[in-house]
Amino acid sequence: MADRYLDLVNAGPVKSLAKKLGLPQPAVLRRYRPGAPVLPGPVLVLGSGSGADVLAKELLGWDLDVRRHVAPKERLGGIVLVLDELAAPEELADPMLTAGSSLRDLAPGGRIVTISRPATGTGQPAQAAARQAVDGALRSLAHELRGGATGNGIVLGEGVDAGAPAVLGALRFLLSGRSAYVNGQFLLVGSGVASLPANPDRPLAGKVAVVTGAARGIGAAIAETLHRDGARIIAVDVPAAGEQLAQVANRIGATALQLDITAADAGAKIAAHAAERNHGLDIVVHNAGITRDKLLANMDQAKWDSVIAVNLASQLRMNEQLLASGVLREAPRVVSLASTSGIAGNRGQTNYAASKAGIIGMVRASAAAFADAGGSINAVAPGFIETAMTARMPFVTREVARRLSSLQQGGRPLDVAEAVSFLASDAAGGINGQTLRVCGQSMVGA
Amino acid sequence: MAASPDATGTRPANVLRKAVVIGGNRIPFARANGAYTQASNQDMLTAALDGLVARFGLQDERIGEVAAGAVLKHSRDFNLTREAVIGSALSPETPAYDLQQACATGLETVVGLANKIKLGQIDSAIAGGVDSASDAPIAVSEGLRAVLLELHRAKTVQQKLTTLAKLRPKDLAPNAPDTAEPRTGLSMGEHQALTTAAWNVTREAQDELSLASHRNLAAAYERGFFDDLMTPYRGLAKDSNLRADTTLEKLAKLQPVFGKNLGAEATMTAGNSTPLTDGASAVLIGSEEYARSNDLPVLAEVVDSEAAAVDFVHGKEGLLMAPAYAVPRLLARQGLTFADFDFFEIHEAFAGTVLCHMAAWESEEFCRNKLGLQKPLGAIDRTRLNVNGSSLATGHPFAATGGRLVATLAKMLREKTDAESRPTRGLISVCAAGGMGVVAILEAN
Repeated sequence: MADRYLDLVNAGPVKSLAKKLGLPQPAVLRRYRPGAPVLPGPVLVLGSGSGADVLAKELLGWDLDVRRHVAPKERLGGIVLVLDELAAPEELADPMLTAGSSLRDLAPGGRIVTISRPATGTGQPAQAAARQAVDGALRSLAHELRGGATGNGIVLGEGVDAGAPAVLGALRFLLSGRSAYVNGQFLLVGSGVASLPANPDRPLAGKVAVVTGAARGIGAAIAETLHRDGARIIAVDVPAAGEQLAQVANRIGATALQLDITAADAGAKIAAHAAERNHGLDIVVHNAGITRDKLLANMDQAKWDSVIAVNLASQLRMNEQLLASGVLREAPRVVSLASTSGIAGNRGQTNYAASKAGIIGMVRASAAAFADAGGSINAVAPGFIETAMTARMPFVTREVARRLSSLQQGGRPLDVAEAVSFLASDAAGGINGQTLRVCGQSMVGA
Repeated sequence: MAASPDATGTRPANVLRKAVVIGGNRIPFARANGAYTQASNQDMLTAALDGLVARFGLQDERIGEVAAGAVLKHSRDFNLTREAVIGSALSPETPAYDLQQACATGLETVVGLANKIKLGQIDSAIAGGVDSASDAPIAVSEGLRAVLLELHRAKTVQQKLTTLAKLRPKDLAPNAPDTAEPRTGLSMGEHQALTTAAWNVTREAQDELSLASHRNLAAAYERGFFDDLMTPYRGLAKDSNLRADTTLEKLAKLQPVFGKNLGAEATMTAGNSTPLTDGASAVLIGSEEYARSNDLPVLAEVVDSEAAAVDFVHGKEGLLMAPAYAVPRLLARQGLTFADFDFFEIHEAFAGTVLCHMAAWESEEFCRNKLGLQKPLGAIDRTRLNVNGSSLATGHPFAATGGRLVATLAKMLREKTDAESRPTRGLISVCAAGGMGVVAILEAN
């Protein structure tokens, strides 16, 4: 539904009034448009190591103006802090303060991305401290950004260089408008095989994707976004939602498959459809989900069981059947919908939060099996998204939920779909078993 | 430049090829003045087409030809099917035509288009039908119509006034549609009541058939049989006429509605007769090559069809008995007996209709005197009859029933053939107003 407050504070006298009164000032986010530049201005690459040099060179190839030093008063599209060689906490000051001196020059919708390495339990304590410090610094910085700008980080796994295709794929996603509602998050990029698309506006060209729960809301947006990015879609929803499903399918040239995903043979039926109609399957998006909210004291067995059956058990079964079916082609990618409720918990949602936390565990534990198949499995955890479901929330609850993030607004189904499309692409091949939050840096469960 | 006779082209050879059913789609059927009260025939037919397009990914595809029709039809709907195609997700370059053969409309569109495919004239086609008893046309009276036409021809004011003066109050009453036969004035139900009585079909037998129809349809929904045959419409996800919990006791309590003045016991009730219904259906058919090259499934082949008509006007035969003549002619041409069929889909206009047809085929006298056969055709195995329910449970939007039958039977044959690894065969029989009937054979292998 429309966020009238956001519209009001972005135009006319209300804009200055809201500023004077110190009211929240949610910005109109910079969202991806095919053909648009990756960033709305030059990119400043900070860092002195070889990784910074490599990345600066790659960014030049994206038609970006690349700066290696601060030029006062120049409007910047983004700042990349390359911190992969940090050895001690003291080394963090210079790049952070340099970035800080440029924050006022950051354009609306600008991007800050850190490149760092994970603080593991082994190695030098000083190094681990420095690496972990990046986490706190970046998340705090993201809270400070205004004008729809965001800050996120890429964490390089063992043996992964800053210039690896998997890193470039993640960097392009985080700099571009595709990540508009992703804020304060870290993506761990491992050694899985990634490849960058020949055409960055068609990263899923030639792919076949099945999207469950595609009849409306976030599922419909995912189907449309994957189609925009080049994939052929098999749109799945329950038979009762068939009318809306057909409309979505006919908008994007998809096939509509009416199917109850909790049926024992749902995965086999999807596999059979994909084999017959598309000669194979590359991408599976487990989006279908339900809520049956009740305080645990009032929860009955049916409400608990149906949520677990639809949101979690069906996905486990379908993944098993799809892996065994032989229909999955080279580099299969699965993206599951989790939720910030599964991370932070939510009153009245013990069943739902259990199912969504279960998804996070499922993708982590399934990563090895999909890596063996040359592919990946990840989750996206949406925060407050403007859908028919959240439109039914009480007014005050909805307004509070909207403003309770760094971006001070709800996300759109499209924002979730962009993250799904990225994780479903071969450019994200280095990301496996992860859960990416699309929540505008929501304060809950942060 | 004129084409020379031996120019290379795709001129069809004089060899018939197969026409196959690829799949179907219908909207749930709704009892009249229910969920689809505000939907026109064009709305419903477009919805049925769009669901089919979505199921098979036919968006923007130019289909060889689309044929459909409606029995209750507004004069403005002279190009109903083409208008529905233009409003659908199909390519606007898809040609279409309307067909009307009473309740056989839907089946006849399948037969006609399958024949074009067999001849090589088209590679793909969509056959369908639609009817709304809720949004039925209401015509002005003949008196008013005559005056209005004359008024249009009148040139002077005086002529116009003279013409208007001919109008009488009774001319202002509109003509609502009904299901009465124009030549007898009897409704279809009253006609069937005569036949039902003549064949001594009991109330119990009719109620049992109706119960089986409801139970079979409910079971089919239960196991998801219609998941790939139906797309919900206007909030309706199942046929609204279905009474899954009906019993023989409940059916026995209903009062007779037809044949109350025949002297014999009246046996036809609202429970064993089809209600007025709104709905639409569509069937995708094509050549085997079309299905293969477009990665589409093949459910069953449209093998053959026969139409028959009877002289009900002079009382020689019952109004809805034509299928009793069409079926034996089709079997004779194909060299088949009832034992060669795995499924029978006999349209349940009334339970009595189906039971009269079957009684006739079992009757030595009928088969000898009316069909000229040495011995009766025999009994139909009830376990093979309308096994997923039929019109008594689904309802019967006249022109939409044929598409429902063809898609349902084609899927049943495919499932049985796949499960038992052998060819299967099914018979479809539809009776129609005007003393007509159309029957057809589908085969899967």
